[in-house]
Amino acid sequence: MKALWRSGDPFVWLAGAMLALSLLMVAGLVLLILVNGLGFFWPRDLERFTLDGGSIVVGEVSAREAIPNPGASPGTPVRYRIQVKRGDRDVFGSDFVWIDESNIVRRECPDDLVALERREWGNFFGTISAVRHGSVAVATGPEAAWRALEDRLPEARRLHEEIRSIEKQEIGANNYAQERARLARRRLELRGVTSGPEVDEIADRIAALYEQYGASLKRLERLRQAQNTTLVAMTGDGSTIEIPFDNLVRAYRPNRMGTLEKAGFYLAKMWEFVSTDPRESNTEGGVFPAIFGTVMMVLIMSVLVTPLGVVAALYLREYARQGPFVSAVRIAVNNLAGVPSIVFGVFGVGFFIYTIGGTIDRWFFAEALPTPTFGTGGILWASLTLALLTVPVVIVATEEGLAAVPRGVREASIALAATKFETTWRVVLPAVLPSILTGLILAMARAAGEVAPLMITGVVKLAPALPLDGFFPFFHLERKFMHLGFHIYDVGFQSPNVDAARPMVYMTTVLLLAIVLLLNLAAITIRNRLRKRFRLAAV
Amino acid sequence: METTATERNVNVQLEPARPLAGAGSGGEAPSVQASPRPIIEIRDLMLRYGEKVALQDIDLEIPERRVTAFIGPSGCGKSTLLRCLNRMNDLIDDVDIRGQILLYGTNIYDRSTDVVALRQRVGMVFQKSNPFPKSIYENVAYGLRIAGTRRKNVLDAAVEKSLRRAALWEEVKDRLNESALSLSGGQQQRLCIARAIAVEPEVILMDEPCSALDPVATTKVESLIHELSQRYTIVIVTHNMQQAARVSDRTAFLYLGRLVEVGPTEKIFTAPAKRETEDYVTGRFG
Repeated sequence: MKALWRSGDPFVWLAGAMLALSLLMVAGLVLLILVNGLGFFWPRDLERFTLDGGSIVVGEVSAREAIPNPGASPGTPVRYRIQVKRGDRDVFGSDFVWIDESNIVRRECPDDLVALERREWGNFFGTISAVRHGSVAVATGPEAAWRALEDRLPEARRLHEEIRSIEKQEIGANNYAQERARLARRRLELRGVTSGPEVDEIADRIAALYEQYGASLKRLERLRQAQNTTLVAMTGDGSTIEIPFDNLVRAYRPNRMGTLEKAGFYLAKMWEFVSTDPRESNTEGGVFPAIFGTVMMVLIMSVLVTPLGVVAALYLREYARQGPFVSAVRIAVNNLAGVPSIVFGVFGVGFFIYTIGGTIDRWFFAEALPTPTFGTGGILWASLTLALLTVPVVIVATEEGLAAVPRGVREASIALAATKFETTWRVVLPAVLPSILTGLILAMARAAGEVAPLMITGVVKLAPALPLDGFFPFFHLERKFMHLGFHIYDVGFQSPNVDAARPMVYMTTVLLLAIVLLLNLAAITIRNRLRKRFRLAAV
Repeated sequence: METTATERNVNVQLEPARPLAGAGSGGEAPSVQASPRPIIEIRDLMLRYGEKVALQDIDLEIPERRVTAFIGPSGCGKSTLLRCLNRMNDLIDDVDIRGQILLYGTNIYDRSTDVVALRQRVGMVFQKSNPFPKSIYENVAYGLRIAGTRRKNVLDAAVEKSLRRAALWEEVKDRLNESALSLSGGQQQRLCIARAIAVEPEVILMDEPCSALDPVATTKVESLIHELSQRYTIVIVTHNMQQAARVSDRTAFLYLGRLVEVGPTEKIFTAPAKRETEDYVTGRFG
């Protein structure tokens, strides 16, 4: 028995068991998220339920549970109820309804049931009866209406895109230019210039822009008038509504779709998820702005944290005289990693936003005041706050790498008539690059997941524009942005339609994990390549 | 010599480095002077690390274009003395150096000396080979890049010349862009020698260059030293007496931080003047 203990085998087994447990937990977590999230876009069959009493419900089955019956005596058979997503929020007031299984008289999957995705009021489930152009009926009857729908929907979507593009690009650019002209005028006013050639020139500019705006509006009006096709549809319980084509995103008949078709549909929905803007208070549509904001923020943070961390580590290890002061600084840096992230957020608000941002506003953007430009949350301040949060990680990783650079190499460089700075820049830094990348990987992983400090330094539920666009100066670092982590919180807990939103939460979580994984893989690949090229020690 | 001159400002007045006249084209086989003048003169050198005195009363002359060896038991100060010659001891905290070391008549420990320029004229090869984690080409070109040379054809020519002089060219000419760490120990040490001579120093200091090498590599490096001494002044520290006897023209024996005896190698090994020298070279201690 004693021999067994001395050999150390029990501890080896224990270590293996702990490792296996950790891996299982991670795998379990990922599996849970995947199972709950990935099934979201698969088109489910539509069913029609005829209930006791004659009412009809049409929709997708979304859940099934036992009816809680606390007062029942043991032995009573358990009754079940199913949750049906019947859509048509504009008609019924809510997306979901619970039906007692015992109330169901008939349950069938008729072929002619149609599912429509709309831009407002969520999904529609029911039957279609006619397509009208203005007041003229172009097609009547379910089959004809469906064919007409299939024919005209792509055109309607293209028109919608064109309208959107005019709104966003043309009118957007116009507004932007008008705003800048107004700010220029205000700047002149602040200098005391209220009349003269400069002011006149600006007035002319604004007038010209306003004319252009009017022309764009006219075009929009024409386009909108062309968009007057409507669809006549009937809900499960018989009420008729008219849906304009402009409001339609997608139409499909799931009961007629084969597996291959459904797979194609699934992929299309996935693509839509990652590439379009959100709708319906973030519970539908895509999360593209959040993806963009997350990636851009992580990249800006990386650009900020790397020089800061590397220079600090270099100073601590190469240049500073080792002694009690330097040790104290090192301890302080390591403890910084343990500070709760919300504290960093508060620091970010107080120092970056109010103090520095306020000063920048007073010096450079006085014409926009009292509306703050940099004196409010934005992607720059959020990235800076996160850079501070993750700088200890980079410092520690870089210091480890510096310790691993063999001493002789520095001496050799000095003996070749290089100064200490040249040695650091040309020999030490390239050798330490893999360790810097290690630190960066850890920093990116941590930053991509932090939400608390971001909520108060620049993340919003819905951002009107991306921080990077086609208008000079292209990088708008003062803009607020969307973030996947915050999106998860918002959709999961703050949305008005929690049931509809829950699968979206899982899907967004999958996406966030995938992005962090991708960023890490990229950095790891670069690091491995560097290590292999120069046979550096693995730190 | 080809004009791979340093572009640094040297704010030390020095006599011209060596007679350019006899160099001819490419500088092969320069003339050997009959009685070489001293290139380095050490006068009354004392060195102290904190409380411990490592060197005292060192008076020594190093002749031009010869191989001078420092021998002595471990801890006698030979490496310390060597490192004084290119002021590498300055890197150590708490070191106190008194005395003079004259390079062509000018004290390198003068306040106005440009230490960095000094190290371009006095190069060093270390005991454990320390190639940079870069390619072979970049290792050899490093000193030249530091000195400001940037044109590729100049660097290419200098790298090839140095590798040839270090007897390494044939072995690496096809893989100049591979990592220097992929070479064997002996090759790495020759690479370090090539790296040191690429900047065209006047003196090459070698601190036990063969102690980490196998006998075959050692032989190669020793014959290299012999060749190099026709062009450069070499000072070598070695604890291997046979090597000192094989390789050097003059030998200095140090013991406990003092210079015991210095003279032509033959004389030191066959008919030393001091008793301690004789005891050491015959192996009675050390």
